[in-house]
Amino acid sequence: MKRDLLLFIGFSLLVLLAPQLFSGGYLMNVLVFVGINTMLSIALNLLLGYAGQISLGHAGFFGLGAYLSGILTTTYALDPWFAMPLAAAVVGGMAFLIGFPILKLKGHYLAMATLGLGIIIYIVFNETVELTGGPSGLSGIPNLKIAGITFDSDVKNYYLIWTATLLVMIFSLNLAGSRVGRALRAVHDSEVAARVLGVNSRILKVQIFALSAVISSLAGSLYAHTMTFISPASFGFNFSIELLTMVVIGGLGSIYGSFLGAALLTLLPEFLRGANDYDIIIYGGLLMVMVMYMPGGLVRGIPSLYRYLVKSKKGEPGHA
Amino acid sequence: MQFDQLLQYTLSGLSTGAIYALIGIGFSIIYNATGIINFAQGEFVMLGGLLTLSSLELLKLPLWAAIPCSVAFSTVIGILFERLAIRPLKQPTPINLVIITIGGSILIRGLAMLVWGKDTHAIPPFSGDTPIPVGGATILPQHLWILAITLIIIIINKIYFYHTISGKAMRACAYNRRAAGLVGIDVRRMVLFSFIISSAMGAVAGIIVAPLTMTAYDVGVMLGLKGFCAAIIGGMSSGISTVIGGLILGVLESLGAGLISSGYKDAIAFIILLLILFIRPQGLFGKADSERV
Amino acid sequence: MKMKCLGLLCAFTTLFFSTTLFAASAPIKIGALFAVTGPAAFLGEPERNSAKMVIDEINKAGGVKGHKLELVAYDTSGDATKAVQLATKLIKDDKVVAIIGPSTTGETMAVIPVAEKEQIPLISCSAGSKITDPLKKWIFKTAQNDALAVGKIYEYLQKNKQTTVSILTVSDGFGASGREQLKNQAAKHGITIVSDDTYGPKDTDMTAQLTKIRGSHAQAIICWGTNPGPAVIAKNARQLGIKTPLFMSHGVSSKKFIELAGEAAEGIKLPSGKVVVADTLSGSDKQKKSLLAFVKDYQKHYKAEGDHFGGHAWDAVNLIKTAIESGAVTPAAIRDQLEKTRAFAGIGGSFTYSPQDHAGLGKDAFVLVEIKNKDWMIVK
Repeated sequence: MKRDLLLFIGFSLLVLLAPQLFSGGYLMNVLVFVGINTMLSIALNLLLGYAGQISLGHAGFFGLGAYLSGILTTTYALDPWFAMPLAAAVVGGMAFLIGFPILKLKGHYLAMATLGLGIIIYIVFNETVELTGGPSGLSGIPNLKIAGITFDSDVKNYYLIWTATLLVMIFSLNLAGSRVGRALRAVHDSEVAARVLGVNSRILKVQIFALSAVISSLAGSLYAHTMTFISPASFGFNFSIELLTMVVIGGLGSIYGSFLGAALLTLLPEFLRGANDYDIIIYGGLLMVMVMYMPGGLVRGIPSLYRYLVKSKKGEPGHA
Repeated sequence: MQFDQLLQYTLSGLSTGAIYALIGIGFSIIYNATGIINFAQGEFVMLGGLLTLSSLELLKLPLWAAIPCSVAFSTVIGILFERLAIRPLKQPTPINLVIITIGGSILIRGLAMLVWGKDTHAIPPFSGDTPIPVGGATILPQHLWILAITLIIIIINKIYFYHTISGKAMRACAYNRRAAGLVGIDVRRMVLFSFIISSAMGAVAGIIVAPLTMTAYDVGVMLGLKGFCAAIIGGMSSGISTVIGGLILGVLESLGAGLISSGYKDAIAFIILLLILFIRPQGLFGKADSERV
Repeated sequence: MKMKCLGLLCAFTTLFFSTTLFAASAPIKIGALFAVTGPAAFLGEPERNSAKMVIDEINKAGGVKGHKLELVAYDTSGDATKAVQLATKLIKDDKVVAIIGPSTTGETMAVIPVAEKEQIPLISCSAGSKITDPLKKWIFKTAQNDALAVGKIYEYLQKNKQTTVSILTVSDGFGASGREQLKNQAAKHGITIVSDDTYGPKDTDMTAQLTKIRGSHAQAIICWGTNPGPAVIAKNARQLGIKTPLFMSHGVSSKKFIELAGEAAEGIKLPSGKVVVADTLSGSDKQKKSLLAFVKDYQKHYKAEGDHFGGHAWDAVNLIKTAIESGAVTPAAIRDQLEKTRAFAGIGGSFTYSPQDHAGLGKDAFVLVEIKNKDWMIVK
């Protein structure tokens, strides 16, 4: 327990100090997105890694948060601080209601249903032009303001987003270690066994689904208020898949893994930029190689790689 | 609402549906033999079309020779995919398999983009493009080709799965892989077979549809998705119910676009899909499974 | 001692001059955001190619006023989020003096706040009217407004006394913008829209929409989209035996469309930049020289026909070059010079920017062309 706390404090310090290392520059902007993606992959990881329920439609919840927040603050001139929780509550309520029928499904049927849900939401963004601005997007979304500070630069946004991300992280770490977390893992391993032991798996799954949607929605609202412009293309099927990839590459059922996955997949395109049109090939190939050689994700793969390297270094003279 | 309009919607829907069905069967065959949802299935549809294009233009082959040539080549890529990506997997959990097929599909698409560029390409129709009147509606000769070839493939499938040893072995794998292994069926070989069959089928689908829809390096994504839907509606069967699933999806889209709203046509199809799943969680034709613990 | 001082002085002077010399020959960086991959690659690729081509040529000819130009081009894949990130990168890391692009209206709208805040002139290559309307201080564009294209079609219809149209637009940024213009301008030209349908950018069969349109008995069908959708629509319309005149947008004014639609393309009319009919223009046309040079160069470099998408980037680079030629090197000075552009004969048209107009083109930027015998003919 103490080790967990230390780890979290260390991580937070790293996050706080990072801007000193990469002052100004474009990297700050990328790190803002690492934060948003970390929140999103934690949200999906709670569902997939802890409760064992797949979702291929999380970009939809992300988009709903962004659009609700965006529409409420532009068309209805609501204060962003009021719009964000309102959006999250609506999205959470919606996920709760749809959760009952959808989580009855299993395996690939669940995958298909969530995928369909994501696509329906995406189509609604595109088609309700009067409300969302349609495919050309919604612009003029206000930045967040607090005590006279407007979050309108990369550095300010960095602190805003990462404060939120750290809050989501500590909440999820606590949840994972709590009674609920244990019940969830039981559902993950065997739903029937969990039920026999008195876990109301059905309600639990729906609750986690709604929670996951709420976090995604908050991330969406924050995204909208930092970008000040949103368009449906950012919330399509591809992004749902990208989120899934972040979670799996990072490591299922690990909060820090979600961060690693989000960081890797957000930073990777930056490193591949020089490779021009070859980047998509490298990206696809890397995904495959990662799953082949680090099937447990980065969070388990990096330590074992480290151990392997240390061992082979130390091991050599021993063998001789 | 006039009758000929309705007829046209239905006919258009059936011909697009037939394509979804072919791709859907590809999904189901692999799923049944291996438990993998092959997200790269759509890429074989793309490869079929583009390889035909190259056989026609670079190798100057006539159409009848270009088609088998491109099917064969796509199949080779399917085999490579199974050998290099699926078989070496150390922990083949379902989710890892999903990610690896997604990675594979991105990789194949990227390579296709380098080879064929980003442009869309047209392929000539098999036998002209003079419209054929049917009642008050019209279809193209290519539509007949699509329906006919789909039908032939379904019949061949049926014969293979029910009247040949390897087909029966593959069905055994679908029921219970461990039991199939115990009675001496080489399960890994069956996995390879399933990839061969479904990549070939994907390629055929891509070839027969290309004259109508044209083809490009990224056509596989949408078609793959629709094929997956068809397979789900059909309860992941590799037979007639996936075909019906595909046809239902195609007709729903077409009727939705014509009668309700063209912007929401995909949403309509997906809402109906969700309703089907909510009412019958095992697919429209799937039998309810009792849960084994 | 004296000698030493003199020596030091000499050293300093050389150093001073060499640095100023160095500064004079230091390349001026111009940023570019193009959707080279993804669904808008048909825009981004020719744009990137053209921009590269022009910059190389300028440098080969010794640069502008002793400055070499350097193009820093990034691929946005048509994604608004990426476009914003990369715009920040261009401004903060690469320190460019101006940005060309992005390729699509959605991306441009996303990037505008960044350019405005950082005070970097941006010349967009996308068509949406709302990019420069309302006017934004730092934002210019080279692509012809959708409004002009719609106007061209409607004027033709009005002249031919056709008053009912069906519209079929693609459900992406390009189609949405076109659809808005089609609806807004209809009344002004005495035109009623009798049916309004859309199709998805990846759809492969539009017979359902066309069957519905056939039932609406419109006098003309206007389809707004980019390849391959319109080619499918042309084929589908032929299959259904629709005889109603079919109009397309400038989004398909490239040889590719004729190649894809084949026979079905015959008789289709569309508004287009003059580049597709460059060789048939009369000698008095001011643009003719630029157009022919562009087409020839593009053919030489890329073995492909230059289209007006590439032209947007060609215009943007040349506009910036002209601004630098008049002595501007800082972003602010370039912006001011851009605003003073008068009658610059480019590919998209003859540009005249002013403090009230950052789109710079008039109706003459478009000609209405008809596809005949697999080639373009100007409709008189």
